[in-house]
Amino acid sequence: MPLKPGAKLRSAVCATQVIVVRAPAIDVELGCGGAALVASDEEPTGTVDPAFAGGSLIGKRYADEELGLELLCTRAGDGTLTCNGVVLAVKGAKPLPSSD
Amino acid sequence: MHSLLLLDMAAAAHGERTAVQHGDDQLSYEELLDAAWGAASVAGQAAHLAYVAPNGLAFPVALFGAAAAGIAFIPLNYRLADEQLHELLAAHDDVLVVADDEVGPRLAALGHRVIETDAFLAAARAPAPAGDVPGDGDGVALLLYTSGTTAAPKAAVLRHRHLTAYVIGSVEFGGAGDDEAALVSVPPYHIAGVANLFSNTYLGRRLVYLDRFDAAQWLEAVRGERITHAMVVPTMLARLADAIGDGAQADAPTLRALSYGGARTPAPVLERIMACFPGTDLTNAYGLTETSSTVAVLSPQDHRDAMASDDPATRARLSSAGRVLPTVEIEVRGDDGEALPPGQVGDIFVAGEQVSGEYAGRPSALEDGWFPTRDRGHLDADGFLFIEGRSDDTIIRGGENIAPAEIEEVLLRHPDVAACVVVGVPDDEWGQRLAAVVVPAPGAQPDADAIRDFTRTHLRGAKTPDVISFVDELPYTETGKLLRRIVLADLLAGL
Repeated sequence: MPLKPGAKLRSAVCATQVIVVRAPAIDVELGCGGAALVASDEEPTGTVDPAFAGGSLIGKRYADEELGLELLCTRAGDGTLTCNGVVLAVKGAKPLPSSD
Repeated sequence: MHSLLLLDMAAAAHGERTAVQHGDDQLSYEELLDAAWGAASVAGQAAHLAYVAPNGLAFPVALFGAAAAGIAFIPLNYRLADEQLHELLAAHDDVLVVADDEVGPRLAALGHRVIETDAFLAAARAPAPAGDVPGDGDGVALLLYTSGTTAAPKAAVLRHRHLTAYVIGSVEFGGAGDDEAALVSVPPYHIAGVANLFSNTYLGRRLVYLDRFDAAQWLEAVRGERITHAMVVPTMLARLADAIGDGAQADAPTLRALSYGGARTPAPVLERIMACFPGTDLTNAYGLTETSSTVAVLSPQDHRDAMASDDPATRARLSSAGRVLPTVEIEVRGDDGEALPPGQVGDIFVAGEQVSGEYAGRPSALEDGWFPTRDRGHLDADGFLFIEGRSDDTIIRGGENIAPAEIEEVLLRHPDVAACVVVGVPDDEWGQRLAAVVVPAPGAQPDADAIRDFTRTHLRGAKTPDVISFVDELPYTETGKLLRRIVLADLLAGL
């Protein structure tokens, strides 16, 4: 099933939760901690694969610019976020002056 | 993405921090999230939650409460005449109105379902079940009235995805140090008041609400609350400069950043403010209700570069709106709809995920994703945006958009007025002030003060003409359109 912006997903093996901010046009496999992401109402069951234990940070955007994929981490966890098995990079934020 | 998620994340990451504060009362992010769910219970089956009161803790609770309930939030100007509030509220089905103890009883007497702010806050703070935080951002978060060019106000529709795109694209989550505090003196029915709450929640910065703006109280609050950030409209800048006095510096050591926007800021006012706050970073923000607030900023460094420069083009940037956000696109277009090169004045169009361009009950104003701001201006060679004014006739007095037609309609109800036009004349304090040019009814000997009093009883002080002059006739085109530009030119020639 293609991803939709606004979809909430969670890690199957750690506390990481994400929301899809930008969805690619093609189907992709999102993972965290070495296991595929699951629906946000499911409980985590397995354990984090040590190869994907870099952790996720709340409020960071994880993106693949080429695919047009962007996830916002809404809860931090121990697993590393991946897309099609490739580790997702944190999207660099260019600091703006405070206007609010 | 849904806007409640901004608060949900804040409560998870910095839940113990003070989120909002008004007088001696305050709520942490965790408490604010709990109160939002409480407010959702209070709203029950209502389809809309309106807010008709000054700033206070009830405002953030109602705004996030409406989000938790999945219903649209409608903040209205509590200073509007009862007749106008009644009309705006009656345009929406099934509205629960949160109102203060002045307006509330009057709206209840007109048949509206009202809960007063104190009772609302108390009920919202009672334990209530928390629901699932939605992800999808396509629902309507906010209906915000803009005055537009006609007398009939229109409600801009802002969906959760517009507001969250602005926030996550422009501020860093949890980016505020735990000593940071922002002072809010813009009214709750202004897009800046809404954007302010969302941005600062996401940043984790304490928000301190001021009832209403008063220069001395504002300065006292900055010192007393150790305020680090504040946003004001240009009229407030002028008041602050007056209160501090020429040649004096504000005693505001904690104030790191002061942003301003909402209308044209006269250069003399800005230069005085820079002298009053030498240690404070100044940012000019340009945006519209329909664009979820800020689309362009003139940064602190831009201010310093302009002030230090002898080059007239660089110096002039002090009067610019700065450059668009990286997430926003801009075009200045000519009458043929084609993008104009730098230096040429045309109609300003913007595009981006934060841009709504949607109005309640009307077709989208977007053209291939581009929103016609109806502002005119130009870009310079480095992308700095200069706003020249509205392409229509809206008067912006002290940051507030005023449609001349609304005032003209009232003036025309006066028996001594045969015809009239209201225009904005440039003013250093207010940006623009209101001038009415009146053609007296045959045989009438109209009195300007009496006409002003008449207007004030039907509208309110801010919409009462500052100047009323009398003429024998008004200039019209051959097709019967009033030539406002000529009225204004004649008026300025005579002042």
